[in-house]
Amino acid sequence: MKPAPFDYVRAGSVAEAIGLLAAREGAVLLAGGQSLLPALNFRLSAPGLLVDIGRIAELRRIEVTATHLRIGAGCTHAMLLEAPEIAAHAPLIATALAHVAHPAIRTRGTIGGSLANADPAAELPACMLALDAVMIAEGAPGTRRIAAADFFTGLFGTALEPGEILTAVEIPLVKGRRHGFAELARRHGDYALVGLAAAVEGRIVRLGFFAVGHAALRAPAAERALADGLAGLEAACAALDHDLPPHADSEISAPVRLHLARVLLRRVMKECLAP
Amino acid sequence: MTAISLIVNGERVEAEVPARLHLADFLRERLGLTGTHLGCEHGVCGACTVRLDGAIVRGCLVLAVQAEGCVVETIEGVSDSGEVADLQEAFWRRNALQCGYCTPGMVLAAADFLAHAPDATDRAAIREHLSGNYCRCTGYEAIIDAVEATARARRGA
Repeated sequence: MKPAPFDYVRAGSVAEAIGLLAAREGAVLLAGGQSLLPALNFRLSAPGLLVDIGRIAELRRIEVTATHLRIGAGCTHAMLLEAPEIAAHAPLIATALAHVAHPAIRTRGTIGGSLANADPAAELPACMLALDAVMIAEGAPGTRRIAAADFFTGLFGTALEPGEILTAVEIPLVKGRRHGFAELARRHGDYALVGLAAAVEGRIVRLGFFAVGHAALRAPAAERALADGLAGLEAACAALDHDLPPHADSEISAPVRLHLARVLLRRVMKECLAP
Repeated sequence: MTAISLIVNGERVEAEVPARLHLADFLRERLGLTGTHLGCEHGVCGACTVRLDGAIVRGCLVLAVQAEGCVVETIEGVSDSGEVADLQEAFWRRNALQCGYCTPGMVLAAADFLAHAPDATDRAAIREHLSGNYCRCTGYEAIIDAVEATARARRGA
């Protein structure tokens, strides 16, 4: 299908994009377009104006400070897969990105676009939960810092206010952080049927489940059970009953989804809690 | 309408396009480059794969206006230059195509793999790289054979 007509403008800076968004009702941001354009082609969405932020250089930087890895929202998946800073400080992201769609989509799709889209079956929101990332949002009133745990609010829902732009994510640098990742999908690169991104920092375990329920989410009871390591693994698996609200869809039922979440938890924890 | 200027297969192209026109339709309908095929128009099938500034993209998920100032290469371009001649020959030898609908996209995705993979003879890696390109005829096995054969021949050369 072809999209309904819309206007198009390319923003040269974040400030300009904020102004353009504010100036017109029904304006939406276009970053890599790998989720937006399918939605437009299906006419699930018919915005009046696309504000293209895909060429804003300030959104495409990766910086490492003394305490954080800062990833510009406009970095493409392909950029992050190649970036030495990601490999060194947040390899979980690169591991996950190998599962995100396909090469010809990863060259365009951006981390900011994926996070702001907040697809419940997408990998990157779960990675942000596991890594305890902070989302940086800029709007007319100024800059807000939003913890990943508060950012993903529901089905395709985020804490971004209308007119705000997700400009970067910050990931704390933690020495000795381990990570694990697994997902089940019908075909490599498809959206997951069930997935898990995990990070372990000493006794702290953060589990980011995706494609289980209406948004990426943590599993607090299971995380507590894992504080003492693999000894708590079966208790953690049992705790997923309370932590997760598995949904049924045309592919698998809710009980099967929960079962598969436990399978992934065992698999991933054996990888990242092994001595 | 928006004015765009880009390089397509080595030639400068100037055009006025509506914002909603995607790159694959622009190539096919404005430039007559019908080797770029359209299957699903929502990024699933890979039939519309083209190169944009050297990187493979979905032609249906890029607007023509987004390609302003860019270098676009289509199956016609890489065929005429001879860049993929050995790969095309391998596809033909191995029966890696039947109806041919997916083939332009498949060849561009495979060429991208051959150019960048650390070990282009790794069949699992070939499968993974081509996972975004649907073929409804061959069952993929012959396509993997053709890519692997090309990688081996290039390595031997």
